Amino acid sequence: MCGIAGILPIRRPLEREPTLRLLGAMAATIQHRGPDGEGFYVDEAVALAHRRLSIIDLAGGAQPMHTIDGDLCVTFNGEIFNFIELRAELIGKGYHFVSQSDTEVILHLYREYGLAFPSYLNGQFAIGLWDKREQTLILVRDRVGICPLYYSLNPERLVFASEIKALRPALSENLHIDPRALQDIFTGWTCIAPATVFKGILQLPPGCILTLNSLGEMTQSQYWDIAFPRAREEYDQRPESILVEELHGQLLQATKLRLRSDVPVGAYLSGGLDSSVLVALMHRQTQAQLRTFSLGFSDAALDETSFQQRVVDYLGTDHSRVQVDYGQIAAQLVATIWHTESPILRTAPAPMAILSQLVREQGYRVVLTGEGADEVLGGYDIFKEAKVRQFWARNPDSSFRPLLLSRLYPYMDLPKGDAALYLKKFFGVGLETPELLWHSHLPRWQTTSKAQLFFSASFAEQLNVLRADDYESRIATLFPAQARDWHPFHRAQYLEIKTLMSGYLLTSQGDRMLARNSVEGRFPFLDHNLMEFANRLPPKVKMKAMKEKNLLRKMAARYLPAEISQRHKQPYRAPNVSASQDALFGGELGDYLSEQTINDTGIFDAKKVAFLLKKARSGKPLNTAESQALTGILTTQILHQQFC
Amino acid sequence: MNIESIRQQLRSFILENYLFTDDPAALADDSSFLDGGILDSMGILELIDFLDESFAIKVEGDELIPDNLDSIDNLIAFIGKKLQA
Repeated sequence: MCGIAGILPIRRPLEREPTLRLLGAMAATIQHRGPDGEGFYVDEAVALAHRRLSIIDLAGGAQPMHTIDGDLCVTFNGEIFNFIELRAELIGKGYHFVSQSDTEVILHLYREYGLAFPSYLNGQFAIGLWDKREQTLILVRDRVGICPLYYSLNPERLVFASEIKALRPALSENLHIDPRALQDIFTGWTCIAPATVFKGILQLPPGCILTLNSLGEMTQSQYWDIAFPRAREEYDQRPESILVEELHGQLLQATKLRLRSDVPVGAYLSGGLDSSVLVALMHRQTQAQLRTFSLGFSDAALDETSFQQRVVDYLGTDHSRVQVDYGQIAAQLVATIWHTESPILRTAPAPMAILSQLVREQGYRVVLTGEGADEVLGGYDIFKEAKVRQFWARNPDSSFRPLLLSRLYPYMDLPKGDAALYLKKFFGVGLETPELLWHSHLPRWQTTSKAQLFFSASFAEQLNVLRADDYESRIATLFPAQARDWHPFHRAQYLEIKTLMSGYLLTSQGDRMLARNSVEGRFPFLDHNLMEFANRLPPKVKMKAMKEKNLLRKMAARYLPAEISQRHKQPYRAPNVSASQDALFGGELGDYLSEQTINDTGIFDAKKVAFLLKKARSGKPLNTAESQALTGILTTQILHQQFC
Repeated sequence: MNIESIRQQLRSFILENYLFTDDPAALADDSSFLDGGILDSMGILELIDFLDESFAIKVEGDELIPDNLDSIDNLIAFIGKKLQA
């Protein structure tokens, strides 16, 4: 990961010295993303900054980088994994390269293909490219949102950066929390792109390209999106054994590309199927002893140490593990929110920062992770839940069909007596509307949105004014028109990728917790060629009966012991706040929830929060909705104090 | 223990622990806990514990139905029957 920033004035020239000072201040806020160097480019029409984390072409990859004629200049965060092939192709077309870096490929690729150039890239990237002849700035973000890119636009200028904190030196006003965006987070965990939780700060949505010229004329288009078959004949109907081979080939290639680096590459190893497969594939390709890293939890219910050790022993990796307890999570929380730049509803990002710190301390700056496998290959329980709810919706009066849900969630405490009736109350939401594109996510949203009970009357009043444009209607805008023809399983995948994966897992829990310690994550399961192959698979091949990630399990069987390859999905979870209440509310964190502070912020109702705290302190476990609410309230309070 | 005192204790328990308020107007006695999203499955189990701890009322497996537990009014009727038995 690196950090980028820039300024494009509209209909006015830049003054060099003040601009350099401002650019320096912006870049300084994201030094953690790139501690190895900084660079600036300023002329009358544009200013670009770069903070570098050196990974490829350590000697020659300094940025911002411009063409010899000076017509193009780029600042770029990320990696172009197929840069070797693109470089060779461009040399064949007559282009001359002066470095070995992937950055230079972007410059020549744009010259060759114009605004179509991102389609040629296999990688993770946020790019700011200045075309001097056209007096146009081009911003591009990778297909699924691995690398962040934020901007703020007013009639005088556009400012952009890898993180929101880097925009602040260029803003004339303090940031303000956007009520609707906060309500979205308190419904579906994330903002809906292009929104962020702050008014006036936007993110470039994944897979998009934005252009803005010096006259203020702007365009935005999508160069890639997830697409699923609309009819049976569009599915990949080859025999399963062939599909397993194809998946193997795709994943092998995706991993091979992501091992390209001029510094050593390690891996996160959770002990689950996805990261274990990756480590096995890395092992096959490098034949060297691999460095792997993992988390252990003092809470046995969350700890996967025994599975990690099984894989470590089996593949012979050189492994480091860091043990995390409640106190460490509490101690990390304020710094975590400074980096997530968003409220969070679970504490899970905090341990990920402890893990990336371990990586850095061990001298590594690049890791491969299994992120994305569940979304792309169908691994989450929400996909199973959606499958059962679709099945149930075909016979809503059935007392047998909802009981399948209790098999899906064996840990769910259900009152005895009429279990089917209780299940209907909890999961029956939307039973009469299975055709909704977002049907799969209604129970989750219903649970999470209980956190909105804690909004203050004045904040709720602001939301009432905005109600005409509600959450579901805005979620609807994420879907392309053809989604009506997609299988419900694919609609659920699409929504999960567009919201939780892009807006939370890859950012709050991914990029931000890695970049915080100057570590780069790479995600082979999110290779777009692999995704395009997986998207054509019939749902019944992805999930066979109720067995998730069917193809990956079959492929993994050749590399891993059965106890790993056939292991049921255990989602990564960190202790929730009700479990860690003493550590959380005993000291500094308690101040964020005092009546005075809550009233000063104005977002939440101090009395309701006090009742919630009283319940948390009573020692009774909080349920999922209450735990999410408490985490959401606390982290919103922290965020408000840090940024507003 | 009279039934009105039980009603008030039940109301306080639900208001403070699930609606996070002491405003009596926030809960009507005939409001469905499940339809209103006031209690989930864990909440029902906590309510059963509360009945046991506060009123020494043991709820049998076949009594765990919404008709007995799903509102203040249903609870009062159920408790009345249990105390008479």
